Amino acid sequence: MSKKKEIDDRFKKFGTVSFTSVTKVNDFIDFLEKGKVMGTRCQDCGKVFFPPRADCYHCLSRNVEWFEVSGKGKLVSYSKLKYAPVGFEGDLPYSIALVDYGDYKIFGRLAGDIPDDEVKLGMEMKTVVNKLPNGQLNYVFEKV
Amino acid sequence: MEKVAIIGVGQSAFVRGYPGSIRELAFEGFKEAVEDAKVSVGDIDASVICSAPEYDKQRSPSGVFAEYLGLIPQPTCYLESLCSSTSMGLRMAYSLVKSGLHDVVAVLGFQKMSEISSAESQERMGRGADIQWESPFGTMMPAYYAMFAKAHMEKYGTTLDDMALIRVKAATYGPINEKALFRKPVTLEMFTDPDHFMSGPVASPLRVGDCCANADGSSCLIVASEEKAKALSKKPVWILGLGAASASVNMAGRDLFTGLAVARQASEQAYKMAGVTPKDIDVAEVHDCFTISEILAYEDLGFAKPGEGRELVKSKETYKEGNIPVNVDGGLLSKGHPIGATGGSQIRTIVLQLRGDAGEMQVKDPGIGLVHNIGGVGLYGNVTILGR
Repeated sequence: MSKKKEIDDRFKKFGTVSFTSVTKVNDFIDFLEKGKVMGTRCQDCGKVFFPPRADCYHCLSRNVEWFEVSGKGKLVSYSKLKYAPVGFEGDLPYSIALVDYGDYKIFGRLAGDIPDDEVKLGMEMKTVVNKLPNGQLNYVFEKV
Repeated sequence: MEKVAIIGVGQSAFVRGYPGSIRELAFEGFKEAVEDAKVSVGDIDASVICSAPEYDKQRSPSGVFAEYLGLIPQPTCYLESLCSSTSMGLRMAYSLVKSGLHDVVAVLGFQKMSEISSAESQERMGRGADIQWESPFGTMMPAYYAMFAKAHMEKYGTTLDDMALIRVKAATYGPINEKALFRKPVTLEMFTDPDHFMSGPVASPLRVGDCCANADGSSCLIVASEEKAKALSKKPVWILGLGAASASVNMAGRDLFTGLAVARQASEQAYKMAGVTPKDIDVAEVHDCFTISEILAYEDLGFAKPGEGRELVKSKETYKEGNIPVNVDGGLLSKGHPIGATGGSQIRTIVLQLRGDAGEMQVKDPGIGLVHNIGGVGLYGNVTILGR
C-alpha cells in the first residue's frame, strides 16, 4: 500500500467547469455516471435535501441517505444567456433554470433542444443526466 | 438611548480604469469624508474596510489602507457581504460606537474592478453564488436576476418597457451627478432599436440597458457617537433604523422569485427600529444593479404593493418631484457599481439629501431617507433608515 493518501476528487467532474473537487457527497458523481440524479434525506428527522448535503442543519445529524430524483417538476423560471463567464463560452447559448418538485427544487440547465417558444413557466419537466462534450457531467431539464 | 450619527461622507468619482492603486483609490473617498466631517484623521478611533474579495492581488487590504490613510495603530478589519459590504460595515460601525468601544469609526468601501476583463469579472461574480452546485452550470449575475425578471413578468405582467423606464429615470440623473460613470440621457426608443447597443441581449429577458456596469470607486462614512457628533458636526445625520438578513445561496433553497426575501425582512426590521412606515420615507436609494431590481425594491420596501412597482416609475412618483424620489443620483445604473463602494455611495447620497447638500439632485426638504443595499442575488440584504 502506498503511503501517499489518495484524494477522492470525483466532484471535479461536475459541470462544464467544477470549482469543487472534494466533498462528502462525491458519490453524487458516481450516481450521475449511472444516469441517476440523487438528493439526500436525513434518516433522523426526514428532511429532504437537493442539492444533496452530508449534514442536516435541521437536527444536526450526519445520518443521511440518498434518494433518486424522479417524476416531474414545474419550471419556476429560466434565463437564456447570450454571454458566458470564462470557461463556459463554448456552451453558448444555454439557459439556466429552476424546477420545483414540491419537496425540493433543482437548479440546472434546460435541455438544449427545446425551442425557445416552447418554454413556458409552470411547464412540466424532468431532470436527466447529461454528458458534456468535454467529458464532464451535469443534468438538464427536459419537457415531459 | 444614545444615538449614533454619520458626520461625514465622501466618495471618489466612479470610473472605468482608475489610474492608481487600490490604496490611492481608497484615499479619494476617505479624504472627502474626513474633510466633509471637519475632523482630523487622529479623531478616528477605528476603521472598517469593506469590499468584495478576489478582485485584488492584495490580501487583507485593511492593514494596507490603515497605514496609507494614517489610521494606525488604531484597530482595523476587513468586512464583506459582496455588494452590500459598506452597509454591513455601517452596521458594524454602529455596533462599535453604540457599545462604547469607539467614539468615531471610519467605514471605507472600495473596489477596483478594471484590472480584470468583463468575462473574468462575471466569473468571479458568478462565484458569489453557490460554487459547488450552481456555478458549474455557467451562472452569472444578470442571468440570475433575469430569472427574477421573468418570474415577475409572468406573474404580474411587468413588461420590458417598464424595466426600460427605470433606466430612463436613472439616466435623467446621471448627467447631474458629477461622480457618475454614465452621464448621457437614455430614451425608451434605444431599447426598441435593434441596432442600438442598449437593446442587445445579455441574459433573457435582460438587455444591455437593463444592467449596471462594473466600475472602480471608493466611498467613506465617518460614524460618531451622539456626544462626538454634537461636538464635531453642525449637521449630523442620525442612524434611525438598521435591518439585515441573509438567504439561501442556492436558488433551490428559495421560495420567492418575484421579490427578494432579504429586502422584505431587512426593511421590516429597519422600519420597526426607526418607528416609521414606508409612507414616512421622503427619499430613497435602492440597489438597482438591474432595472428589474428597482421594481422589486419598490415592492419589497412597501412603496408599492406586490406587482404594482412599475406603476411608480410610469407615473413618475419616483422621480425627483414625485412622492417618493428614488435613486435621484442616477443609481447604480448611471453611477456604475464598484461593488464594495456602492453601499457607501448610496448612504452618502441620502446623507447629503437630508442635510440639504445634494445640489442639483436635491429633493424638497426630506426628513427621513432610506437605503436598500443588496449583496449577491438577494443573498444579503441591508436596509438603513436615516434622519435629521
